[in-house]
Amino acid sequence: MLGYIIRRILAVIPVMTIVAVFVFLLLRLTPGDPAAIIAGDMATPAQLDRIRDSLGLNDPLYVQFITWVGNLLQGDLGTSIISNTSVTGMISERIWPTVNIALLTIIISVLLAVPMGVVAAWRHKSWIDYGVMSFSVLGFSIPVFVIGYIFIQIFSNELRWLPVQGYIPPSESIGGFLARAILPCLTLATIYVALIARMTRASMLEVLGEDYIRTARAKGVKEDIVLFRHALRNAAVPIMTIIGTGFALLIGGVVVTESVFNIPGIGRLTVDAILARDYPVIQGMILLTSGIYVLINLLIDLSYTFIDPRIRY
Amino acid sequence: MAFKNRSFDDASTVLDIRDLTVRLLDRPEAAPILDRISLSIRSGETACLVGESGSGKSVTSLAVMGLLPKEALAATGGTIDMEGQNLLKLGAQKMRELRASRISMIFQEPMTALNPVMRVGDQIEEVLDTHAKFSAQEKKRRVIDIMNQVHLPDVERIYRSYPHQLSGGQRQRIMIAMAIILEPQLLIADEPTTALDVTTQKQILSLIAELQEKHGTAVLFITHDMGVVAEIADTVHVMHHGEIVEQAPVGELLRTPRKDYTKRLLKAVPSLVPQPARPDEKRGEALVVEGLEKIYGGQGFLVKRESTLAATNVSFSIPRGRTLGIVGESGSGKSTVARCILRLIDPTEGEVRVANTEIARLSRRALRPHRRHIQIVFQDPFRSLNPRWTIGESLIEGPLNTGEDRTKAMKRAQELLSLVGLPEDAVSRYPHQFSGGQRQRIAIARAIAMEPDVLVADEAVSALDVSVQAQVLKLLADLQKKLGIALLFITHDLRVAAQICDEVIVMQHGRVVEHDTAANVLSNPQHAYTRALIEAAPGRNWDFANFCELPAA
Amino acid sequence: MSVAPQPASRLQWVLGAIALPKRWRIGAGPIVAALVLAAIVIVTLLSPVISPHSPMAMDALERLKGPSETYPLGTDAYGRDVLSRVITGGRVSLFIGIGAAVVSVLIGLLIGLVSGFFRLADAIIMRIMDSLMAIPAILLAIALVALNGPSIWSVLFAITIPEIPRVVRLVRSVVLSAREEPYVEAAITLGSSMPKILWQHLMPNTLAPLIVQGTYICASAILTEAILSFLGAGVSTEIPTWGNIMAEGRVYFQLKPSLIFWPGLMLSLCILSINLLGDTARDMLDPRLKKREA
Repeated sequence: MLGYIIRRILAVIPVMTIVAVFVFLLLRLTPGDPAAIIAGDMATPAQLDRIRDSLGLNDPLYVQFITWVGNLLQGDLGTSIISNTSVTGMISERIWPTVNIALLTIIISVLLAVPMGVVAAWRHKSWIDYGVMSFSVLGFSIPVFVIGYIFIQIFSNELRWLPVQGYIPPSESIGGFLARAILPCLTLATIYVALIARMTRASMLEVLGEDYIRTARAKGVKEDIVLFRHALRNAAVPIMTIIGTGFALLIGGVVVTESVFNIPGIGRLTVDAILARDYPVIQGMILLTSGIYVLINLLIDLSYTFIDPRIRY
Repeated sequence: MAFKNRSFDDASTVLDIRDLTVRLLDRPEAAPILDRISLSIRSGETACLVGESGSGKSVTSLAVMGLLPKEALAATGGTIDMEGQNLLKLGAQKMRELRASRISMIFQEPMTALNPVMRVGDQIEEVLDTHAKFSAQEKKRRVIDIMNQVHLPDVERIYRSYPHQLSGGQRQRIMIAMAIILEPQLLIADEPTTALDVTTQKQILSLIAELQEKHGTAVLFITHDMGVVAEIADTVHVMHHGEIVEQAPVGELLRTPRKDYTKRLLKAVPSLVPQPARPDEKRGEALVVEGLEKIYGGQGFLVKRESTLAATNVSFSIPRGRTLGIVGESGSGKSTVARCILRLIDPTEGEVRVANTEIARLSRRALRPHRRHIQIVFQDPFRSLNPRWTIGESLIEGPLNTGEDRTKAMKRAQELLSLVGLPEDAVSRYPHQFSGGQRQRIAIARAIAMEPDVLVADEAVSALDVSVQAQVLKLLADLQKKLGIALLFITHDLRVAAQICDEVIVMQHGRVVEHDTAANVLSNPQHAYTRALIEAAPGRNWDFANFCELPAA
Repeated sequence: MSVAPQPASRLQWVLGAIALPKRWRIGAGPIVAALVLAAIVIVTLLSPVISPHSPMAMDALERLKGPSETYPLGTDAYGRDVLSRVITGGRVSLFIGIGAAVVSVLIGLLIGLVSGFFRLADAIIMRIMDSLMAIPAILLAIALVALNGPSIWSVLFAITIPEIPRVVRLVRSVVLSAREEPYVEAAITLGSSMPKILWQHLMPNTLAPLIVQGTYICASAILTEAILSFLGAGVSTEIPTWGNIMAEGRVYFQLKPSLIFWPGLMLSLCILSINLLGDTARDMLDPRLKKREA
């Protein structure tokens, strides 16, 4: 058990190292002068020099890497080319709206999706099942910003139930936060719910065909207990896995949703950085989100040991 | 041998099935899965439902439990009567209350029939929670009591264990404990010992008998094994294609079967009496194995993994035209030996000489030209042929590797097919168009296409019904006579070994415990383990094929 | 002996002999999906011929007009015909979708086969794939486009790279389970060489799941392209794509939602029908292949 946990934690190191190397090389190995790429076609030689200098591009590659990793380990993600402030500072200033929205989304999604998937599997091939499956295909197919605009059109423009855009932190006003956060969360949740519901259904269908489910029914156990006590727990591992890997989708969605709803989070920060070609910020965002992704999936992996007693390797 | 001979004239009827018909829902016009079957069981009686795969035995038991797969099967006629109630007409709620309290069931696969993420104690307790109200203490006391009754060791520890921490036999005991804790009138046992080793099977059978005696339970026992039937049955119902073809008390059925099908079934049961010894023609050794050893595991990353000794100090040789059997229970190392000899895995120690070439240490590449001398037939006929390839392509795969011309190889493939008793036009068909027995014939044809010196049969008839089993065994013997191949026959089944082997090796825990001629091993076993194996073979004193007692050895 | 009819052998070979019989029953959904997709593809391919206007032609006097006879779906902020732009906009999407599916499946298949069969390579390859999967696809694509410029090739490259690890994992898992099959062990004892076993016995097992996965990748690539365009990190804004049209329409959303609605509808219908066809293919080819890799 302890061995499994230690090995699983240690396995994070090579993954994060390769991510770091990859992100580092991304800029350096791109054909052409990285400084010119970042500065754009209109740059003056003075601007180019400044960029080269701030990225340390004049040093040999390995020196650059060591300096860069050294800074990383101290939490220094570099300096923005545009605003000339530290990327770490920019991110930490704007991370909270994103974290709040993301957490709310995950909670909404899991609460909606898991029961949907369970019921769909239980009533396999019924109209409920087809309904859940249709919803999930739709959720995969409509681009997240289109969903966002549809919601705005319906709930803000037509029905006028909710404010169109903006953000108020929950510390200022819970009601204000919720009123503005609910549409972005539902928008983000659509694809996530589709994903989790689909996996829950598939996993439950598989488990419901297992011998021990037949045993439980042969014991006369009630159907709801069969579903939730016997089946769902056995179906949980793939569901947890998809919640973890689906997190990558969520991050992609955040970037889009924040610009649709005008939320000042790190998603907006990224979009602004793209438009301004502020590469250090993009790079910092990649490292940060990959780190969070790996961390979340590590936690999920570790939680398997509580769900399934057989996982002890 | 002494069959059960009790009279049930005075006993009350527990279950009465009349004209039960079950059909496929999406193909109501097709032949029914169960065709107007009738049988009744009285309290304290053991009724055996016996038949080959697909005969409808399991469907019968599921129908009684009300557990037929709803989207596929439905009972369309007849009644299942239990104490004046027709179970087919009972609502879902009532039926659920009946399960485990009045009818219980145990299943074939103890490995998969228990919920892997729940402690076994909780799983037994759940039966009590579902059907009655007890205090926590009372529940625990009852569960511990029933676990003692099924003779589980170290009850307190097992109570808190998860299924994967228990052996197959222990899990089946847990299943039985769950089934009888509420003292049901009827216990349905669907092949409960088929997945277990013979020695464990013997214990489970006597446990069921003991509990039945104690509680007066009626038992509906489903099996394909005539030996088991001879041991435990009061009455026997023989099933074939969804019909009950013959019903009789066990002694009567085994001594004087009336129906042709029953006779055929009984005649196919291999005898435990070894075939008369064949003269050894001294044609030289085809396979020599010396000091073979295989150790799995060793160092793991960070955690020191325990190494397992799968086989050690195994030595034997097989002359051309002779058959050696390796007999043992699961985990005895018999399959490890076979796989080492074929170099599907690499032996840790020892020598393997095939056709006078030492192959245990050759590199994979250097080994390839020598592979043709030793071939294998696997257990599972459904997975041993590539489903995407025609039979012809499968048969010529080996010859093409040895550089044979394609048209010539294909022509020979057709000859091989007729040699194993299949039509020549089978070359252009696909595996799914053949039955299990036919596929096993094809696998044999594929192996002998290489003209090997040694043919390894790894449980090659274990997945087949007895009647098919007998045919495939005969085919192997015929081919051996014709081609002079040495056969290495790996099996868990003493009866099969007795039929085909000249010599027998008995393995236990990776070691050879006995090695002698088949006649000596079976009639005059030296090692205690061999004796235990033979004693555990069900129905060992009965000569099924001749409907009479075996002469005492 | 069973008397099943002689199979249409090539198709049979690809689909796996066992899969064919019962499951060929197709419902109305997939047929509608196939028709919708075919319509979109045909209209898109014929766009130079059937567009009423040039998708680039601006008209300063006709900005943001509603539907009229000349402009059935109205005009955008530069006075360009929305209908012509929407029809033309599918070309990039379809190209990227098909391109990403084909390229990522081919590359993933090769890497996956190597990984599934050679233990040594496996450890290294899988670490790299894990790392690639840890980087959110959209961000990786954004970074790649930011560095390589907004050409269509650079966008294709940026969208394909993040898809490869999923294909590799799929192929590897199929190979790992197939190599345990007795018929593969039989091939070893028959003296077949490793490359031959890999290609003739193991690779065909990956085809059915790859067809399914390829459809899903096609859908997801079209989606990603639209998102990239929408964020301003996609194909150059001079080329009309569904994503670009919507990105330009954002500013006028309150005023004229149809600028987002029409391209959004086409895009969604296109992706939806591809996904539906993928689901149908999956149900037909392999009922066990339920787990969609996210």
